[in-house]
Amino acid sequence: MAQDQRKAMEEMIKQVEQFVEEAKRSVGLPIVPDQRTGSALWYDQRELRVRYAISVERLRKFFEGLMEGKLLATRCRGCGTLYFPPQVDCPRCRRSDVEWVELSREGTLLTYTVIYVKPMSFAHYPDYAVGIARLPEGVNVTAWIRETDPRKLRVGMRVRIEIVRRQPENYLTYELVPVEEGEGRG
Amino acid sequence: MPRRVAIVGVGHSRFGIRHDVSLAELAWESIKQALDDAGVDQKDIEYVVYANVGVWSSEPLPAVVINEYAGLTPRGTVRVEAACASGSAAIKLGHDIVASGQADVVLVVGVEKMNESPTPIVVELIGRAGNYFWEFQSFGLTFPGYYALYATAYMARYGATEEDLCKVAVKNHYYASMNPKAHFQRRITVEDCMRSRYIAWPLKLYDCSPISDGSAAVILASEEVARKLTDTPVWIKAIGYGSDTSNLSKREDFLSLRAAVEAARMAYRRAGIDPDNPVKYIDVAEVHDCFTIAEVLAYEDLGFARRGEGVKLVREEQTYVGGLIPVNLSGGLKAKGHPIAATGVSMAVELVRQLRQEVERGRQAPIRKGMALAHNVGGTGHYAYVTIYSLEP
Repeated sequence: MAQDQRKAMEEMIKQVEQFVEEAKRSVGLPIVPDQRTGSALWYDQRELRVRYAISVERLRKFFEGLMEGKLLATRCRGCGTLYFPPQVDCPRCRRSDVEWVELSREGTLLTYTVIYVKPMSFAHYPDYAVGIARLPEGVNVTAWIRETDPRKLRVGMRVRIEIVRRQPENYLTYELVPVEEGEGRG
Repeated sequence: MPRRVAIVGVGHSRFGIRHDVSLAELAWESIKQALDDAGVDQKDIEYVVYANVGVWSSEPLPAVVINEYAGLTPRGTVRVEAACASGSAAIKLGHDIVASGQADVVLVVGVEKMNESPTPIVVELIGRAGNYFWEFQSFGLTFPGYYALYATAYMARYGATEEDLCKVAVKNHYYASMNPKAHFQRRITVEDCMRSRYIAWPLKLYDCSPISDGSAAVILASEEVARKLTDTPVWIKAIGYGSDTSNLSKREDFLSLRAAVEAARMAYRRAGIDPDNPVKYIDVAEVHDCFTIAEVLAYEDLGFARRGEGVKLVREEQTYVGGLIPVNLSGGLKAKGHPIAATGVSMAVELVRQLRQEVERGRQAPIRKGMALAHNVGGTGHYAYVTIYSLEP
C-alpha cells in the first residue's frame, strides 16, 4: 500500500513529463491541457530541489545521547525549567547555562493519529502512527508509535520510549512503544 | 486616539481548482470587484497589503507581481504571513495603517494558488508548517494529522464520535451548495462522510477542507472617507489575536486552541461583548473549520458552548440558520474551500455581505444585532485572529 502511494506518484509525474516532452517536440512549447479541465498549463522548465543544512551545533549532546541510547532534555541551571525538545537558551531567566538530563523512558499516551495520506518525502513508508506522550517530569514527546492499528491504541495507555534506527535512511531517532498489559514498569 | 476603520468594498473569486487563471489573474478577479463595489479607482488606494503563503506557487514576490498586473504601482505594498490566518493578519495590518492615520484607503488582498504544485507536495509543505525540525523531519506529520491529534484527544475526553464530526461536514456542504463561489457545490450525508477513506485517523476525507485556489479582497477606509463612499460601511469593531507553541507537544492539552481563546477574549473585551454570552451580540459567525474537529473546538474557544459541549451544538443543529448561532453559512473552509491566505479575507467578505443582507437565499442569516464574528486560525492553533465586524461603529 505504502509503496503503491510512492509508485503512483512517480508514475503520475512520469506520465505528465512524457506528455510535455511530446508537446515540445510537436509544437515547441511545454504547454499541456489539464487532465480534468482542459485548461492550458505551462509545465515549469526549472526544477528546484531543496535540502537544508540545519545547525545542531549547540544540541550536540542530545545527539550524542541518542548514540548512547539515551533521550536527553535540557534543564536551566538558573530557574530549573526543563526543556524538551531541548534548547540551550532559557527565555524565562535569560541565561544560557543548561545541564543535560536523561528523561524517564515511560509515559502516558496523550493523543495519537495514523497517517494514511503521506507527504511526498514520507511516501515510501508504510502507514505510520504518531503520538504525543507525557513523561512523569512533565514534558511531552512527539514520536512515531510502533503499533499502527488505531484500534489497539487508546488515550491514557502506557508507552515506553525506545531509541531506534529509522530505516531505510538509517539514522537514530526515538519511538513510542505501547507497554503490554502486565508488563513490568521497566 | 485611533480612528475608526470601515470596509467599503469587497470582492471574492470563485474558489476551487483554478487551472484557468494565473496568480495575478486570480487576484484581479477580487480586486476588480472590490474597486467596483467601493466605487474607487486604483489611484485612490494608498497602500496594498497582500496575504499569501505561497511556497506551492511559482511567484516568490506575489505582492509586486499582482500590484503591476492590477495597475496599483507605485503604491507601497507588503506581503504578510500568518499561515492560514494570513488573511486576518493582513486585515489587521491594513486596519492599523488606517486607524493610525497613515492612510485613508487601503486595499487588502488574500490570494493563494495551491494547485500549481501536485497534491503530495502541498501535503508536504503544509505538514512542514509547525515545527519542521522536531515534528516533521522524523515524524512526517501532516496538517490533517495535527488536527487528528486534537480530534483523538477530544473524542476520548468528551465522548464525541466520528459521526458527530461528520455532521459538521454535512452542514457546511449544505450551505456551500447555495454559495456559487464555493469549491464544493454538492450536499453530502453523514453516510457519505462515514464511508470516505481515512486521511489521518480519526479524520476522513470529508472531515478535511480541500486544497483550493482562490482570492478575496476588501477595501478599508477611514470614517471620513467611508461616509462619503457608502451608506453601508461595515466597521471593524475589534480585532483580537494570540499565538501558541510551534511544537504541539508543548501544549497544555489537545482540547482547545489557546491562541483562539486568547484572541476571542481580547476581541470581546474591545467590542464590549460579554464573554460568557457572546451569541447574544452576534448574528452570524465564520469559524476556521479546516477540519470538522476545528469547528467544534471553535464553538468552545469562542464561548458559544461550554467545554465539552461544542459537540452538543452539532447534534442539536444549533449552528444552522434558526439555531443558537448560525456558523459558516458560506460553507466554511470545509466546503467553500481553503486557499490558505485568502481565507481570512474571504471571511471578511462573507460577513460584510451577510451584514448587508445580500447573500444568496437560503444562507442569509437574520441580521438583528448587526454584529458578526470571524475566527481565523493559522497552522494548528499557532496563530489566531478573532475579528468583530459591525454595522455600527
